[in-house]
Amino acid sequence: MTEIELPPAACDTFPKLLERNRKLRPGRPAIREKNFGIWQTHNWGQVAEEVRDLAAGLFSLGVKRGDKVAIVGDNRPRLYWTMTALQALGAIPVPLYQDSVAEEMAYVVEHAEARFAVVEDQEQVDKLLEIKARCPLLEQIVYDEPRGLRHYTQAFLHHFDALQAEGRDFNKGHPDFYETEIARCHGDDPAVILYTSGTTGKPKGVILSFDNVVKTAANGVKLEKLTDREESMAYLPMAWIGDHIFSYGQSYVAGFCVACPESSATVMQDLRELGPTYFFAPPRIFENILTTVMVRMEDAGWIKRRMFRYFMALAKRCGSRILDGKPVGPGDRLLYALGRVLVYGPLINTLGFTRIRLAYTAGEAIGPDIFDFYRSLGVNLKQLYGSTEASVFITIQPDGEIEADTVGKPAIDVEIRIADSGEVMFRSPGVFVEYFKNPEATAQTKTPDGWVYTGDAGFFDDKGHLKIIDRAKDVGRLNDGGLFAPKYVENKLKFFPDIKEAVAFGHERAFCAAFVNIDLAAVGSWAERNNVSYGSYQELAANPKVIATIKGHIEQVNRDLAVDPQLASCQIRRFLVLHKELDADDGELTRTRKVRRGFIADRYQELIEALYSDAPTAYTETEVTFEDGRKGVIKADLQIIDLDVAPVAPPLRKAS
Amino acid sequence: MSYGEKHIGETLLKVDNITLAFGGVKALSDISFEIRKHEILAIIGPNGAGKTSMLNVINGFYHPQQGRIEFRGVERRAMRPHLAARQGIARTFQNVALFKGMSTLDNIMTGRTLKMKSNIFQQAIYWGANQREEIAHREVVEKIIDFLEIEAIRKTPVGRLPYGLQKRVELARALAMEPDLLLLDEPMAGMNVEEKEDMCRFVLDVNDEFGTTIALIEHDMGVVMDISDRVVVLDYGRKLADGTPAVVRANQDVIDAYLGVSH
Repeated sequence: MTEIELPPAACDTFPKLLERNRKLRPGRPAIREKNFGIWQTHNWGQVAEEVRDLAAGLFSLGVKRGDKVAIVGDNRPRLYWTMTALQALGAIPVPLYQDSVAEEMAYVVEHAEARFAVVEDQEQVDKLLEIKARCPLLEQIVYDEPRGLRHYTQAFLHHFDALQAEGRDFNKGHPDFYETEIARCHGDDPAVILYTSGTTGKPKGVILSFDNVVKTAANGVKLEKLTDREESMAYLPMAWIGDHIFSYGQSYVAGFCVACPESSATVMQDLRELGPTYFFAPPRIFENILTTVMVRMEDAGWIKRRMFRYFMALAKRCGSRILDGKPVGPGDRLLYALGRVLVYGPLINTLGFTRIRLAYTAGEAIGPDIFDFYRSLGVNLKQLYGSTEASVFITIQPDGEIEADTVGKPAIDVEIRIADSGEVMFRSPGVFVEYFKNPEATAQTKTPDGWVYTGDAGFFDDKGHLKIIDRAKDVGRLNDGGLFAPKYVENKLKFFPDIKEAVAFGHERAFCAAFVNIDLAAVGSWAERNNVSYGSYQELAANPKVIATIKGHIEQVNRDLAVDPQLASCQIRRFLVLHKELDADDGELTRTRKVRRGFIADRYQELIEALYSDAPTAYTETEVTFEDGRKGVIKADLQIIDLDVAPVAPPLRKAS
Repeated sequence: MSYGEKHIGETLLKVDNITLAFGGVKALSDISFEIRKHEILAIIGPNGAGKTSMLNVINGFYHPQQGRIEFRGVERRAMRPHLAARQGIARTFQNVALFKGMSTLDNIMTGRTLKMKSNIFQQAIYWGANQREEIAHREVVEKIIDFLEIEAIRKTPVGRLPYGLQKRVELARALAMEPDLLLLDEPMAGMNVEEKEDMCRFVLDVNDEFGTTIALIEHDMGVVMDISDRVVVLDYGRKLADGTPAVVRANQDVIDAYLGVSH
């Protein structure tokens, strides 16, 4: 494949890039959408026309330079076109999360001072109507899908088709309108406002300029040698920076095709039909796909199962090495080629990865088993590290240098330094302009000379790869001064299928200790296969064999941690297996299943005290809420297990 | 929301003094009511009241010993289910009656059979006019799939689907006939709250978007009172009441026989 020519510096906005694509590759597919079961393709020439009419339509509706316009809906070509049309007029699109409730939407619409909204369907229109009274600036609403809206008589509701038709008429009368408008925008103008999901406090509106998005997208294209022949899929929320770069920015820069799935429920089938060459997914999606494969293999016939096991073991041994271009013996190479015909090929075809050249994952740590599974099959899955404030790319794993537990090397034009506190900082062309109407937050995050605090703690390993260990505010210190990174340890534990949740303690303590939750599905199925009978979760969790298995896992984690001098202090010395599953209904987890460390520390105070004493067991009574709202009490005597830690450089012996 | 006024038209189907007996058992005695164009009519009543028998009479599966049925102002005699279907009456069943081994798409396509002009041999050759015909039917079916939001299960064998979705596929098949009158036998039985809400929305949308007249049997009084324009109450084969949900709810006979009182 030949490298494509990157756009010249004069093409510094998306409308200009679109015009360039219209001239360079008018017949190449730009965006696809599945409608009534059939993929409909729009080429660059058509998209440019659609956007031109739409821009004039929005202008007739009253959109002015500098206006903010909310965009709400699933990934639909028309909503992407709306973004370009708004940018052509110098207005600023503000994509919102389509699943946000009216309350959250009200905050963003009001904060962004949106005068217009372009939405997908009745669901979104209803939400906006509900909040309209509280957002006095919101004037007009445009919708794409008319279903269910026939009886809505409000004069401020407009159908997309009508708007575009009006724009078409306008353009006939003013043939130079569009060209004049797009010439007025430049690279340093604001391109988009993306609201961060706001796990801490109210969402913040990150303003990105055209330079931010276009340059970062172009650097990504250059680094990975993307061409206009790529196919990718737009299925993650449009309000998320990743989608904005992968499905919008890079598509316009490189001129490749993006496909919108039929609905959020059909993503996996659509993936298989399309066979993208470039794909992004958060770790949980890769994990789900792997689980589905494993479950279905268990149901397969004897011969298939044997073949699968044999060749997967082979792939584990040499697959990743072949992908990385490392030396592999001729025998293994031959067997791997056979495996490709018999197992790997058909398998990745079922998953829709046959044509894949590049797959990214990011967002959280991915389990090494999952990561290696895809790489050993020949799927070039790589991790990257990024944020909205950076227009995504901070680090990317370079081809051939992939380690499951690092996030790679700095991307093109990105500088990284580690602050004295251990926090990762970066500077790049993608660094955001500012937080909208929030100078204090901007000042806290961005230094005057353009460095940005990520809020993550990390360090470079000896190969120059960045390793992210935890949120900077969660990283603590042991009494002896050793580093304590709870999430890093917990993630390592959770990568074992037997362990569902883990909570690590150690900040201002003598050593690191942990609570562990077993995974009822995984351990239950082990118990079934090994004739271990149990009556309840509590009984299974207290089974000596189960505890021994968990102990083995933790010893493995300790050995891994010992390798790294910075993290060796996080080795776990005492642990217990909890008698109940941590549950969001009891307030122990957030609704997105994140451990609420502080709450758990309060609730199980006596257990923590026992962990840091010499006691071999601990007694506890816990109030629980059942699914129907009734409350009950679980009593248990929990065994506390001591572990040996692997020897490392700082000579710390057991404290107890 | 500012919904436009709904136009309930003239009588679409009229049943007059229907009596149906199986041997000595009178399933229906002397029932009269009418279904008007574009309305949602609910038929309610305790177990064994004769609700399903009533639907079976309407779509020609049972033949009443007495009484007359007028459909679109024409009295019909010797009705058979396939004739009723041809006239524009579609139905779904209390216990889902789909082809379990066939995909969702194929199941819905069977709903188009009556509308197809080509015969089985022409279809097997699949060329020219037959191909065009099949494509046209497929288009209708795809619109229904889109309408009922079942894209994700388009190619899944129906037997593998959960019950709630099977009910939706059955509704899709009935809609594929583009009926004037849709008979739904307990469309929400055995569903959880969320599935019920979805189904309610689809029933209302079908009624609104396609103007289809709907007669449904339902036990969930919340659903009945919410979505129906008129309610007919049966008890032991007799008609107890007939009117708007508010009127029926206040009727003492209905309360005694079926609704009960809250203590």
